[in-house]
Parts: sequence; C-alpha cells; structure tokens
Amino acid sequence: MPSTRDLTRRIRSVKGTQQITKAMKMVAAAKLRRAQDAVTNARPYADTLSRVLANVADRTEESHPLLERRSGGRIWLVVVSSDKGLCGSFNANLLRQIERDLKKKRWPDAELVVIGRKASDYFRVREFPVVHQERDTMNQLSAADGPRLGAMFMKAFTSGQVDEVWIAYNKFVSVLRQEITIEQLLPIQPPAAESNAEEAGTDYLYEPNAEGLLAALLPAYVETEVQTVLYDSAAAEQASRMTSMGAATKNAGEMIDALTMLYNRTRQAAITKELIEIVSGAQALGD
Amino acid sequence: MADRLHLEIVTPRRRVVEVDVDEVRLPGALGEMGVLPGHIPLLTSLAAGPLTYFDGSKVTRYAVQGGFAEVLPDRVTVLATVAEAPGDIDVAAARSHLQAAQEKLKDATAEELDELTTAVRLAETEIEVAGGETVH
Repeated sequence: MPSTRDLTRRIRSVKGTQQITKAMKMVAAAKLRRAQDAVTNARPYADTLSRVLANVADRTEESHPLLERRSGGRIWLVVVSSDKGLCGSFNANLLRQIERDLKKKRWPDAELVVIGRKASDYFRVREFPVVHQERDTMNQLSAADGPRLGAMFMKAFTSGQVDEVWIAYNKFVSVLRQEITIEQLLPIQPPAAESNAEEAGTDYLYEPNAEGLLAALLPAYVETEVQTVLYDSAAAEQASRMTSMGAATKNAGEMIDALTMLYNRTRQAAITKELIEIVSGAQALGD
Repeated sequence: MADRLHLEIVTPRRRVVEVDVDEVRLPGALGEMGVLPGHIPLLTSLAAGPLTYFDGSKVTRYAVQGGFAEVLPDRVTVLATVAEAPGDIDVAAARSHLQAAQEKLKDATAEELDELTTAVRLAETEIEVAGGETVH
C-alpha cells in the first residue's frame, strides 16, 4: 500500500495537471470564438461570390484555363493540419485517412502540399513525396494566406505542372463535431446556380464583358475557397482542443477523487493500526 | 418597381455595409457609373475609387478597391477587396503609400505597372474620401 506521503504528492501533481488542462480549455474557448467570428465574417463574401460565379458560368460558353479538365492524373493533395498538438484526434484522424487513401492509390500520382507542423512531421518519416510544406501558417492565420496559397496552386495548375489540386481538411460542423473533408479545388467546378425563381431568367449586362469578368471571378473564387478552408480548419482545431481539454480536466477530477479516497483509507488504516498497537501494548503491560 | 436600393458591401474580412439607399455611384472598370432603383441587371468589375451612396440628403463615401458589383433592379451587391469608411482611413499611411508607389512607378517593369497604378489610385481615393485635399 502506498504511503500517505506518496499519495499527497500524487494528488498535488494531478491537481497541477488539471489546472493546466483547464487553462488550455479556456484559452481554446476564447480562440474558438475568434476563429468562428472569422468564419462568419468571411461567409457573406464567399457566398455572394459563388452565387455570382454560378450565374456567370451558367450564361457563358467561355472557357478559361482554370476550368480546363486534363486527364494527366498528376495531383497535388493539400493537407491542412494544425501547428500545435493537444487537440485530441484532430490531426490523427485526418492524417490516417489520407495515408489510407494514398496507400489505396486513390490518387496514383499524388504529391503532397502540407500545411501545419503536425502533417509536416507526420509525412517527413513516410515515403510520400512532399513538394511544399508550411510549419507556421496555422498559428498566425491571416486573410492574406488564402490568396497566397491560392495563387501558388493556380500557378502550378495553369503552368501544367499538375492536372488537379485536391484539398483535405477538418471542416467545422459544430463545437463537438469536425468532419474530415477531401475535395477538389482545381480545375474549378463552378457552383450550380440556384434554381430560385426570383433570379432565374435574369440576364446580366456584363461590363467590361463576360470573358473578362469570368477571368477575374475565377481566381478570386479559388482564393476565397482556400481561405474558407483555412478558417474552417482553424475553428475546428480550437473546437477539438477545447473538447479534449475539457475531457482531460474531467478525467483529472475523477482521478483526484479516487486518489483522495485512497488517501483517506490509508490514513485511517494507519491510525487504526497505531491504536491497536497502543491498546495491545497497554494490555501487555497490565497483565 | 422598387423605389429604393438595397446596398450591401462585403469584403473577404467582413460585411462592411448593409443599408437601403436612393442612389449608388460605383467606380466601374470602364468609368464611374450611377445606379438608380430599377436598373437593369448588370455585373461589372470595379476599379480602385470612391463609392458614394445617397440616402435622402445624406451622402456617404467609401474608398473601395478591386472586386465586382452585382446590380439588380432593387439591389446592389459590392464584392470589394478593400472597402474603407472615411473614419477608418489613416491619411498619413495613405500618403506614405502613395509616395512609395509613385517612387516605384518611376522605374517599374510592365508587370508591376498594373499593381502600382492600382495602389496609387487606392491611396489617392483614400485621401480624397477621408476629406484630405484632392491630389489629382
């Protein structure tokens, strides 16, 4: 049986851990609010842009390099993970899924673009080719990251270096749920126009002209998509961290309860033992 | 027919304005244009410049740069890269941006030209909208 001294030491240590996880949970909650605000604030722009693009794409026969389908099969797979750990199964689930897909040859000729330290560390020791990695983007995500990465993907695509670009990330569904999402970014699949009666049939006047507008809309659309993915992943990361740190805090609490119980038992047993010793010692003297 | 326009200005960062107005003037790619309620549907790309809207006798201006505007009979939606209200503009910063861009413009290559001209236009617009003197 452990001594009471050992037990108090362990209880103190678990309490320390609990304080840390609790603080991390609070910080994650605050960061989650900010990340969610970023998602919400960016949404009107993204929604309007995709509505306008759907409209234009619907009404023009124009082709554009970013819409071109090629059968080459050379693919960039963009993996968006986090820079920091301690966020539950956030990274593990995503990375495992991707590794499984890669091993099953879902994309026979894929190269990886990894965003986030966790994915970078993971693929460093595996045999998949990594063409580009970023280890400090997710920690200080800004509104310039989407356009920057988007421009990089578009350049690789239009120059013919790759034939498709896919992106894999954790989509923020709710605080308790993140969904692994793997979708195609390039060539652009124009969003389907809403069949809403109010606007059906509106034919726009284009200024300067439809081709020019399409050429300006498409890159903006890609940039916005990438930015949306990054924001989503950042929000999902904080949500995941908040939940897992909440669970850790609860577990620490249960452990403290169990240890305190054991401590009390041990203490009582020690006292009882001493009493017995004294009593039997006194009896021995009296006899 | 609608007698008011529902104006919405959104940027990648946030929704900047959502108001009902009487008239909007946009810095279209082919020059400034006025939009009144009942305008036929139009899509245009935007240049850097001032966006003005009129609500009764109240006039409000914004400095916008880049992006698109969707005009419908009762609605104008502006998707701008940048949209700033006069109160948010840092005139001193705009001035130094303007100077820097003009400096670079002197020996700019062809590909830089567009970007720099836009930067100059934006800085000028910012100063103008913020109430500083016109710089043209």
